[in-house]
Amino acid sequence: MNVNQHTPMASPYGQPQPGYGQPGFAPVDGGYPAPYAPYNGPASAYQPGPPPQGPARGPPTSGAPSAPQQYSQYSHSQGDMQNGPPPMTQAPPRPAASQPYNQGAVNLSGPQPSYPQHYGPQPSMQQVTNQMTGMQITSGPPTPAGPGYDPPHSSQPPVNTAYSAAPPHSYTQAPPPASSAPTQPPAPSGPPASQQYYGGPPPPSQQPFNSSLPPTSQQQFTSHAPPLPSSQQTFPPSSYSGPAPTPSHAPAPPVSQPQQSFPPTQPPFSSAPPPNSHPAFVSGPPPPAQGSFQPRAPPPSSQPGSFPPHGSSPISMPSGQYSGPMPPQQQPPPSQLPPYHSGAPPPRVQMPPTSMAQNNHLPPGPQGPPGPPGSMQQPPPQPGIQGGYPPQQNGAFGQVRGPQPGYAGPYPGQPNYGAPAPAPAPAPAAQKRLDPDSIPSPIQVIEDDKAKSTEPFATGVRGQAPPLVTTNFQVKDQGNASPRFVRCTAYNMPCTADMAKQSQVPLAAVIKPLATLPPDETPPYLVDHGEGGPIRCNRCKAYMCPYMQFIEGGRRFQCGFCSCVTEVPPHYFQHLDHTGKRVDCYDRPELSLGSYEFLATVDYCKNNKIPQPPAYIFLIDVSYNAVKSGMVNIVCQELKTLLDYLPRENPEMDSVVRVGFVTYNKVLHFYNVKSSLAQPQMLVVSDVSDMFVPLLDGFLVNVNESRLVIESLLDQIPEMFAETRETETVFGPVIQAGLEALKAADCSGKLFVFHTSLPIAEAPGKLKNREDKKLIGTDKEKSLFQSQVGFYNTLAKECVAQGCCVDLFLFPNQYVDVATLGVVPVSTGGSVYKYTYFQALSDKERFLNDLRRDVQKLVGFDAVMRVRTSTGIRATDFFGSFFMSNTTDVELAGLDCDKAVTVEFKHDDKLSEETGALMQCAVLYTSCSGQRRLRVHNMAVNCCSQLADLYRNCETDTIINFFSKYAFRGLLNNPTKAVRDTLINQCAQILACYRKNCASPSSAGQLILPECMKLLPVYLNCVLKSDVLMPGADVSLDDRAYLRQLIGCMDVPESHVFFYPRLLPLTKFESGSLPVAVRDSEERLSKGGVYLLETGLHLFLWVGASAQQELLLNIFGTPSFSQIDPSLTSLPVLDNPFSQRMREIIESFRAQRSRYMKLMVVKQEDKSELIFRHFLVEDKSASGGASYVDFLCHMHKEIRQLLS
Amino acid sequence: MTSYQEFIQQNEDRDGVRFSWNLWPSSRLEATRLVVPVSCLFTPLKERPDLPPVQYEPVLCSRANCKAVLNPLCQVDFRAKIWACNFCFQRNPFPPSYAGISDVNQPAELMPQFSTIEYIVQRGPTAPLIFLYVVDTCLEEEDLQALKESLQMSLSLLPPNALVGLITFGRMVQVHELSCEGIAKSYVFRGTKDLSSKQIQEMLGLIKPAASVQQGRPPAPQDPAATCRFLQPVHRVDMNLTDLLGELQRDPWPVPQGKRPLRSTGVALTVAVGLLEGTFPNTGARVMLFIGGPPTQGPGMVVGDELKTPIRSWHDIQKDNARHLKKATKYYEAMANRSSVNGHCIDIYACALDQTGLLEMKCLSNITGGHIVMGDSFNTSLFKQTFQRVFSKDYNGDFRMAFGGVLEVKTSREVKVCGTIGPCVSLNSKGSCVSENEMGIGGTSQWKVCGLNPSTTLGIYFEVVNQHNAPIPQGGRGAIQFVTQYQHSNMQRRIRVSTIARNWADAQSQIQHIESSFDQEAAAVLMARLGVFRAESEEGPDVLRWLDRQLIRLFMFHLRRSPFLQVFNNSPDESSYYRHHFVRQDLTQSLIMIQPILYSYSFHGPPEPVLLDSSSILPDRILLMDSFFQLVIYHGETIAQWRKAGYQEMAEYENFKQLLLAPLDDAQEILQTRFPMPRYVDTEHGGSQARFLLSKVNPSQTHNNLYAWGQETGAPILTDDVSLQVFMDHLKKLAVSSST
Repeated sequence: MNVNQHTPMASPYGQPQPGYGQPGFAPVDGGYPAPYAPYNGPASAYQPGPPPQGPARGPPTSGAPSAPQQYSQYSHSQGDMQNGPPPMTQAPPRPAASQPYNQGAVNLSGPQPSYPQHYGPQPSMQQVTNQMTGMQITSGPPTPAGPGYDPPHSSQPPVNTAYSAAPPHSYTQAPPPASSAPTQPPAPSGPPASQQYYGGPPPPSQQPFNSSLPPTSQQQFTSHAPPLPSSQQTFPPSSYSGPAPTPSHAPAPPVSQPQQSFPPTQPPFSSAPPPNSHPAFVSGPPPPAQGSFQPRAPPPSSQPGSFPPHGSSPISMPSGQYSGPMPPQQQPPPSQLPPYHSGAPPPRVQMPPTSMAQNNHLPPGPQGPPGPPGSMQQPPPQPGIQGGYPPQQNGAFGQVRGPQPGYAGPYPGQPNYGAPAPAPAPAPAAQKRLDPDSIPSPIQVIEDDKAKSTEPFATGVRGQAPPLVTTNFQVKDQGNASPRFVRCTAYNMPCTADMAKQSQVPLAAVIKPLATLPPDETPPYLVDHGEGGPIRCNRCKAYMCPYMQFIEGGRRFQCGFCSCVTEVPPHYFQHLDHTGKRVDCYDRPELSLGSYEFLATVDYCKNNKIPQPPAYIFLIDVSYNAVKSGMVNIVCQELKTLLDYLPRENPEMDSVVRVGFVTYNKVLHFYNVKSSLAQPQMLVVSDVSDMFVPLLDGFLVNVNESRLVIESLLDQIPEMFAETRETETVFGPVIQAGLEALKAADCSGKLFVFHTSLPIAEAPGKLKNREDKKLIGTDKEKSLFQSQVGFYNTLAKECVAQGCCVDLFLFPNQYVDVATLGVVPVSTGGSVYKYTYFQALSDKERFLNDLRRDVQKLVGFDAVMRVRTSTGIRATDFFGSFFMSNTTDVELAGLDCDKAVTVEFKHDDKLSEETGALMQCAVLYTSCSGQRRLRVHNMAVNCCSQLADLYRNCETDTIINFFSKYAFRGLLNNPTKAVRDTLINQCAQILACYRKNCASPSSAGQLILPECMKLLPVYLNCVLKSDVLMPGADVSLDDRAYLRQLIGCMDVPESHVFFYPRLLPLTKFESGSLPVAVRDSEERLSKGGVYLLETGLHLFLWVGASAQQELLLNIFGTPSFSQIDPSLTSLPVLDNPFSQRMREIIESFRAQRSRYMKLMVVKQEDKSELIFRHFLVEDKSASGGASYVDFLCHMHKEIRQLLS
Repeated sequence: MTSYQEFIQQNEDRDGVRFSWNLWPSSRLEATRLVVPVSCLFTPLKERPDLPPVQYEPVLCSRANCKAVLNPLCQVDFRAKIWACNFCFQRNPFPPSYAGISDVNQPAELMPQFSTIEYIVQRGPTAPLIFLYVVDTCLEEEDLQALKESLQMSLSLLPPNALVGLITFGRMVQVHELSCEGIAKSYVFRGTKDLSSKQIQEMLGLIKPAASVQQGRPPAPQDPAATCRFLQPVHRVDMNLTDLLGELQRDPWPVPQGKRPLRSTGVALTVAVGLLEGTFPNTGARVMLFIGGPPTQGPGMVVGDELKTPIRSWHDIQKDNARHLKKATKYYEAMANRSSVNGHCIDIYACALDQTGLLEMKCLSNITGGHIVMGDSFNTSLFKQTFQRVFSKDYNGDFRMAFGGVLEVKTSREVKVCGTIGPCVSLNSKGSCVSENEMGIGGTSQWKVCGLNPSTTLGIYFEVVNQHNAPIPQGGRGAIQFVTQYQHSNMQRRIRVSTIARNWADAQSQIQHIESSFDQEAAAVLMARLGVFRAESEEGPDVLRWLDRQLIRLFMFHLRRSPFLQVFNNSPDESSYYRHHFVRQDLTQSLIMIQPILYSYSFHGPPEPVLLDSSSILPDRILLMDSFFQLVIYHGETIAQWRKAGYQEMAEYENFKQLLLAPLDDAQEILQTRFPMPRYVDTEHGGSQARFLLSKVNPSQTHNNLYAWGQETGAPILTDDVSLQVFMDHLKKLAVSSST
């Protein structure tokens, strides 16, 4: 995000544009060419995307504007805003694409008005150019608009860069920018592809994307505009002309409403089309927008287009639009693009019009379906509300404005950045504040990605970054592991250590070896190489994989990792075809796929013995607290049914997993549940100082055989301890007991420990209460994260050696020292679940769902994971829940489908661009049926000698995953502050390196972010603000330790939503698809709305104080806000589509996460809102965490310091 | 005056006492010259159906270090209501309750026929009897089943209010909680870890760890509910326990090839002792240990679990190759002492074909007065009936067992007590009547006998301390009082007092008298006990030499050959077993042990005792040998052939049938009363089991002299042992040669 509006952008982008823009744009603007030309140069590196921006920005240079635009791009509103300034902005669009976010620019309310202008201009421009023109125009108007738009463009471009392939297309929406770019010189060459994207995408994207892609909105605008323009020739003219010109006019009532709707949409941009609609509908925002926007109106019109899409979903309109546009888009990405361009545009055009129309006119009707209705309704209100607009703005646009003031605070810092820039561009007004809408919006990026990821992701292309984790996509394994198994921080690794060091971009992979695949993807095939075991390289022991090169007619193969040549065993011999491939290449998973499994032979088993089926042991605390809270009763009741769902590989068969039961307080009670007994027998072991298992036969049993005895036992346990007065518990011996039981049975397995309190009873592993708030913030704070006693580390080691995985369910009423209790679970690949102040009534469901999932999920036992790499790099560090006794083998007593291991790579030599870098992750484990297997994941990435390539192929979510794990582990040995500083520093270095080496020259005051990393600051800020690194006063030490451990084994989708929660407006639904999320900021909340926020651990339903009665009635069955019961943990089942849909959504969210999220209803201005606000991570946090805007400014300062 | 024979018999019947000498040499010097010390076999609880206990407390001498009980030997001044102690000569007033005493109104304890009298005292709370079963589960299925049945059966024999407890062990030790409904609960202890009594009680939840703060206070049997969990009245848990026993499984831990099952006998006993210690100190309790093999792990282990390492033999012990012996012995001794302090006795029922470690564990029973029963299998009548007989009842319907006995010996001044040999432990009560010369368990005048039965007999050794130059007036009598306090099986506390007196005699002038007062049988047993006692602690040959030097009599020949002194052909366990019984049985039984009785049945006349000699083994005889531990019926060659031919089935040979039945009936009679049940062997000439007989008889005919004697009578014994004849010849030679 180049905050800076001016120059920087232009040049850099311009260059890039060439690539992208060429196709679409080239034709478009004659004018652009010039600007682009220059850009093109740079563009090459950047690819089309950026380039466009460049140009855009160039013009915008106005600086401020550009920035705004950028933002605006992200957030429609901004876009709109910019639009306002359009003239100026035009340029901006591109900038947007590029990272340069002009702080001020976006904010600039002024820009908004410009939009109309844009349109206006556009119209003036030729059709084609419309968008482009708009852009150009902006350029013309450079100053203000430029900046603003730039951003948008930039955004688009970025996309391009990032997604180079298809995605770009969709994003290309940027088309506008692109268009601009395209228009420019490049057109010829690049055009086709880009055009496709652009052409197709842009228009479509807008429409289709509109909904999804916020950026689109702007882009749309622009793009729309373009399309329109283009189409205008045909359609556009009318519509556009109408709108565009009208904008200002249009804003006129009629339009205005639509516009209003748009305005809202604009906001949506940021989030997504839906949101747009919502915003619009929701609060008066739209109205406000209108007010302000009216000028924008035109944009709105364009937006409408976008909206419609959303709304379109609702009905024909949308559908039409979507269908039309959407398909194109989708298609475009593929190949159609070209056609689309030509064809697509028209549709869009049409669409736009339609959309426009819809929005404006139709909205009511269309809206009816999806968002439209809402929008429609809202619109009306809006009008009325107009007065209220401001508030709305809060929601969407309003924010911009309103915020600005508010931001003022934050901006102060910004001044450095945006202040200048914005100021200029945003002719409007107080640009001093950085407009949140003008800074990179996660929602925008997410939606952009969704929009461009319409095709299954094929893994065959080396170095291709997969779609974001927030995007639904299908994966086709063509030789590299699916991103569901492996995600890398960089898909284009620097060739040399120097480069890597210079960039500071971490080279890491997040590997989730046993990830569950969606039903439409095939799980890894099981390969049996016979008695000799899997074929491996003689030297490095890498397993047979697609990277092995067969030579000498197939008699030997050369290892892709170490280049050693190995004989092919006779039984594995196969002839090669004329290309040197084995004839049976596609018959063998290990030769054609990225992920597969080998059947391991006895040589791969512990003690050279085929393993026994694993066992599950349930260890239940029956001390006073456990009984009183109802936990014991619940667990026992649940186990009766749950035991029928033990993991099995063949659903037809009974599970071979055996079970055992132990209860404990100060002493342990084992149970003999042998099937031949009439009654279970209890064996009490009081010698906790020297734990042992008192029985063998009858402790671990088959559920079916011993069903009656087990049921009898589970019935009796709660009774037996109902009157217990024992409050002390032990913990160490409990795990020892399970461990010993597994040892005695000579099998691996899992312990489920249900524990309530700090183990203070005299026994090994006895703990003291050491929670001392005074230590927080001091150098001694780190000790609180360390284990209190060494006992558990030793125990963990023993557990791992036996393949004993420990899952811990905690039900504490006070400090239990999670840091220490969690040592064993974390080291054994287990999980910790914590239910503070557990109450049967309200927490039962969450606990039971967690338990069910935990018991049922597939687990591999006694696993060893090893990551092999090709020469030049080496896996040097590992993060996750496991134990390592040497530097290469990751030992996991248990590895379930939710556990991820993050692996960091370092250079130990040079890599070559031709061969790229290979890695192979092999996990040897015992399946839950007792089979020993090897799961192999292969991954190849590109190598680059240009830093720019590195920055173009990164994945921020993965980087954040790595950073968080790295930082949280660092807490053990470093003061919290040092950890935070390190993070900030590294992040600044990464960005500074980019700025210095990859971005085109620009003023130092401009913040330029790599497209792939433009969200790095916002996400990093979330990490820094997490309870772990910056605890609030009410965050207990246990909570921090718990989160710290939890995140240690999270994969990317989980860490993403954890750090940047998903916030969905739920005022309206479109059938089938989710509403577009909004940014995690209070400003995005409308008083009249209802929002759902999920973090992967929490689920909040936020109800605005002035939510409509009908809405409340639909959701809660009561029309009165005050009658909503804040203690609800589930929504009442009401017989209306809204309620039903709402519950569906909640259920679908829960289904996506490995832990059940308890629903918490938060009423606006209720006390509980404090908790909720904690998750609005773009805002300033109560514990002192910086707001996004502030942090961005700070980051900019850091970067500038580094550069100077 | 009756003959000494009668006198001795009368004394034994009345007081349960057999003295080696019934006239005592009056000086120390003379006593020493007599070789056989003044000593007696005393049966404290000899059954006296004719002796009703009195319902009051004994009157004690008021001198603090005397406390002798008023007895018929005391001089009484009826007028002054004063009595003089015959031991310390203290003059004591009678207590107020004796106000009505007079010449014609004497309390029982003053009547001569009540030289032995039993008092019932009402001191302290009465506690129920406690039976704690400690059961080895590392048994063959068949054995375990039999044992379970025996245990279940035993429940019906217990008085309803008796407390029972159950501990089972194998690799682990389980203490079963008996009070619970539904789920059967037990506390488990690791079999390899020695635990202190306090730890055990903590782990069983009997005391709170915090309670340890109250230092010094013995853990009072607090919360009765807590203790009751493990020890419950039979009537309440009858069904539960029967079920529990019924469900008892073999130790489930796998025993790999070439290994012994891991058996935690040591810890099981510790837990049992610790449990009782904490809950019922100083109360009558029996720990009944049932084992089917040696302890193989943990403290008290006797042999490792590797089958390739055989359990120690005498050979190993002599070579000092028994690596666990000392440690295990020490362990069990310490436990036995702890148990005895609390008055609990420990029985061992060991049934296995191989040794079970009795050598190491014998002290448990020896010190606490418990039983040891050794058999081949729990599934034999030997065990079953013996076990049943433990619960035999007397004419009053009370168990023939008593608990927590304390025996005190008081002597008149001329005599001091050197020690005792029997199932007891010293209480270390030094007093004026304790000799410095120790024989057996000495240095005290009080011993604790935790488990007693009517046949329990102690050998008590005295020393005449009167100096040669301080003659005792003619007609003077030395007196000894035995005071036995115990808990009767009906839970009463009782005190039995036996006061005996013997005349002094001057060995120089009255040597014939003294000689005639010699009780050969008693002396033999008493000397044998000394020998066994020494054998326990010294090398075999030394003991024999000592014994040879001490005395030479016929029985000595057999004693020398007996398993009590000879270990050849006996495992250490067997030796321990035999010795255990030898030092506690009464005189008659002891004699049988030393010199087995051999009866001969034939058509030639009524059954007659015959010489225990190979010459008695004739073809037309049926022999019945009772060696206490074995009961052998041996059919001579001819008889065996006849029997094989089935003559006894023919009416005309009814007499043969009768002849065959006669020894069986006699054997049955012995079997009925003997405890423990002897091994019953019915064999014939040439039968493999005939070895039991052949090993006992005097080998007057061997392969060495068979032809020399050229006789057809009797059966030659294939042994190199010397025959009685040779032995005697040798002795004669020794006797006349100048001894060194």
